[in-house]
Amino acid sequence: MDEKKPVTSMRVAELVMAGLFLAFGALVMWDSRRLGSDWAEDGPQAGYFPFYIGLLIVVSAGAIIFRALNLGEKGRAAFVEWGQLRMILTVTIPTVIYVALIANPWFSLGIYVASAIFIAFFMWHLGKYGWARIAPVSVGVMVFFFFMFEVWFKVPLPKGPLEAAFGFS
Amino acid sequence: MQNAPVPRFFRRTAVALSIGIASLAGAFPSFAWEPTKNVEFIVPAGTGGGADQMARLVQSIIAKHNLMKQSMIVVNKGGGAGAEGFLELKGAKGDPHKIVITLSNLFTTPLATGVPFNWKDLTPVRMLALDQFVLWVHKDNPAKTAREYIEAVKKAGPGKMKMGGTGSKQEDQIITVALEKRSGAKFTYIPYKGGGEVATQLVGKHIDSTVNNPIEAVAQWRAGNLKPLCVFDNERMPYKGKVAGDYSWNDIPTCKEAGVDTDYVMLRGIFMAGGVTPDQVKYYVDLMEKVRQTPEWKKFMEDGAFNQTAISGKEYADWVAKAETLHLGLMKDAGFLAPGKK
Amino acid sequence: MQEIQSLMGGFAVAMTWFNLALMFAGVTLGVLIGVLPGLGGANGVAILLPLTFSMSQQPGGTTSAIILLSCIYWGALFGGAITSILFNIPGEPWSVATTFDGYPLAQKGRAGAALTAAFTSSFVGALVAVILITFISPIIARFALKFGPPEFFSVYLLTFSAFVGMAKGTPFKTIAAMMSGFALAAVGIDTVTGQLRLTFDIIELLKGFDFLIAVIGLFGIGEILLTIEEGLEFKGAQAKLNMKVVLETWKELPKYWKTSIRSSAVGCLMGIVPGGATPASFMAYGLAKKVSKDGEHFGTGKVEGVVAPETAAHAAGTAALLPMLTLGVPGSPTAAVLLGGLLIWGLQPGPLLFVEKADFVWGLIASMYLGNIVGLIVVLTCVPLFASILRIPFAIIAPVILVICAIGAYTVHGSMFDVWLMVGFGILGYVFKKLDYPMAPLVLALVLGDRAEDSFRQSMLGSQGSLSAFFANPLVGTITGAALLLLFWPLISKLVSIARGRSAA
Repeated sequence: MDEKKPVTSMRVAELVMAGLFLAFGALVMWDSRRLGSDWAEDGPQAGYFPFYIGLLIVVSAGAIIFRALNLGEKGRAAFVEWGQLRMILTVTIPTVIYVALIANPWFSLGIYVASAIFIAFFMWHLGKYGWARIAPVSVGVMVFFFFMFEVWFKVPLPKGPLEAAFGFS
Repeated sequence: MQNAPVPRFFRRTAVALSIGIASLAGAFPSFAWEPTKNVEFIVPAGTGGGADQMARLVQSIIAKHNLMKQSMIVVNKGGGAGAEGFLELKGAKGDPHKIVITLSNLFTTPLATGVPFNWKDLTPVRMLALDQFVLWVHKDNPAKTAREYIEAVKKAGPGKMKMGGTGSKQEDQIITVALEKRSGAKFTYIPYKGGGEVATQLVGKHIDSTVNNPIEAVAQWRAGNLKPLCVFDNERMPYKGKVAGDYSWNDIPTCKEAGVDTDYVMLRGIFMAGGVTPDQVKYYVDLMEKVRQTPEWKKFMEDGAFNQTAISGKEYADWVAKAETLHLGLMKDAGFLAPGKK
Repeated sequence: MQEIQSLMGGFAVAMTWFNLALMFAGVTLGVLIGVLPGLGGANGVAILLPLTFSMSQQPGGTTSAIILLSCIYWGALFGGAITSILFNIPGEPWSVATTFDGYPLAQKGRAGAALTAAFTSSFVGALVAVILITFISPIIARFALKFGPPEFFSVYLLTFSAFVGMAKGTPFKTIAAMMSGFALAAVGIDTVTGQLRLTFDIIELLKGFDFLIAVIGLFGIGEILLTIEEGLEFKGAQAKLNMKVVLETWKELPKYWKTSIRSSAVGCLMGIVPGGATPASFMAYGLAKKVSKDGEHFGTGKVEGVVAPETAAHAAGTAALLPMLTLGVPGSPTAAVLLGGLLIWGLQPGPLLFVEKADFVWGLIASMYLGNIVGLIVVLTCVPLFASILRIPFAIIAPVILVICAIGAYTVHGSMFDVWLMVGFGILGYVFKKLDYPMAPLVLALVLGDRAEDSFRQSMLGSQGSLSAFFANPLVGTITGAALLLLFWPLISKLVSIARGRSAA
């Protein structure tokens, strides 16, 4: 695949984002009507400000859509190229998997083990380090954090079977 | 792992696990249950408020007197008027390493917002104390008694006199509405975020009166900026030590004596998650009893003029049930119930 | 000059070897706490409270205890700037504005200069606030009492006015971003009516959107994604790594004396009121941008753009201790925990504290001077060390940053939902940056939206719905007037220039 080829144009990206704003603004307005969005005797009701905030979001999203449709040449420029997208996905996908590994309904590793794996993967995949470098860094950082949070400052973070084996759960 | 609000399926395994451990402990009756890891002490309110102060005091007393082998960690979960903290405990069914200190929002939040929890989702452990409410005005206010002040409010007419309080549709506003019903006076209720802020706003004369807890306003009383008119309880507070000049807490008349018959006390009590064993409950009941015996606790009770009623077990559960009915009635009268609540 | 005498007495109490050692320990710990998002100053103080409880039993121990705790507080204030500058991740809410110029500076290879400027300005801000506390605290305390809901609203309005008009690009994107910030701030329970807003019966939304989660995602994760798109490197690795950079930066700093004075004033005002350190830093940055000759280059890496928010944040953080001591109203979450500490030690914050426990109060004030000097020494010696973090290869530091972000997001409410939210904000931050949506207005609206709305509606309840409340007395009238003037300044200056043009013609 051509790394420089655009995945999508600026125009499309602008339209999608503005569309999201439009939906968000509408949602805010709808919920505010439910709460009451008038100016009562003793000042604004709970939905008064949110209603107009939603309205402003909708109006500006409309304006952004209008402008995006009339972008001309600039609108055809690349929002992101395939090569860039690939790089971004090499970070985003592992991050999503990492967060899922911390705690999920099936098999949770806890934040310390998941983080160590995550750091190790990154160093191996992107940095091409050998295990002699990877192991001490990934484990060392998380052991430090473990003592920092669990032992020293007693801030409980999600833990998994490994910590349980050591009596921390 | 039980520290994290993990999804439901997983929790079930965790519950099964801890029940397993608990039953294991039960197999050796000579050893009573004890926490095996740090205990989270959930405060369903922000930092600096009355519940937060009490929780941190308990934590400090436990640490200082070595009352527990594991540590106690205070965690503030005040989102959604306390719903955040209560919902977490509701979801931690069977977890003996979490306790919560309550405010009246145990009753008021589900009633006012419809958020799905009830004290019956939790296990009552013990009452620590009851917090009093006092009607405060600025020292420059011409009223000398509660009756005079209420008369002045009536005379001024609706929308003229401002009552400040913490939160909306919570204890301070409930008391204000109850006071209005009894006396026919009309206040403009202005909700603030915290009790200390309310007291300061009264000193700055941005409001005309408050129903602050004693501990929230005592410093300003001693400095001569505020004066108490009456306490919302059936009996006077018992503390006779001089607090402000020649006055003691005991010198403050009850609102009934002062001719405005309204009473309300707030629960400061401990709950655990549902589904815990009697052994585990007993551990915390005993722990809190030890806390109550320390000089630090006694001083705190006196400084804050708390009502030191402290009960546990069935008596406590009955008290809570009665308080719930009371709140339902009060909130219904005030029109604070969320749509869909009976 | 009774104050000087009392202060000297305070120094005598605070200046023991034991206390000095505590200061070093406290500041170092505080810096560490401040660096890691999720371990806020409030956390550190809360954890050490029980320890200080037994400390305070010994004679003079209460003073030692408060020295330890307040030094953690100073350290955390210093530390918040470090990750903002190095990685665009604000360790504490009040260092968001520091990222605006601090991070571009680091990218240009001037991380050392940015850090030195940040630390030094923090020190200056705190010093001004402490001097104020030392000499005119009774006046300040009375001034703070004048602030009711309309006054608070006018101060928030002033913050907005100082800040808007900064964004480049189309106004519609600025409006959309800012209004989204307001909408997110409204999620959760409404203080005034107790109703749930925009939660749609989703339990995770009950607690609302925490500003820190949005910021970690938008700034931190978003920045990593942008960096990755450009290749696997952090810019600024060539940062100088010796102490000379400190001296060089110091030579530059006196140029910005006007900004320092203005920001200190803003910070002290916001700390005393108490409006908080975060709005103070935004307001000071916005004002500096508007007033400075160099204003239009703000955001590209100007030392002045670091000086302004850091001075204000630290001045506010320090001044916030005053309402805590004299009124018992905490100006920040950390101050709230400190307040709990005072109560536990048997001290009653309030107007009488200065009279009844004078030696404690003056010991504390003396420790503010000493703690800040100690803090400055500690952090400045570490500048090369901090800057060298940028030399760590990207493939190691990037995942560690992501881990720190995840921990930071989790600890805000102890909820995995927030970690997912942070990832979402990260992707949003990336798209925002690519499409030229400004993020600062969104963040500011998220911080202040709730409070501004609360104080507005509290004012309306008090005045029975009449807007005249915002002009009811000279104080609120002046602030509101200043805010409106700032808000419409671009319009006014245009009109003035047109009018001038006509009269010339």
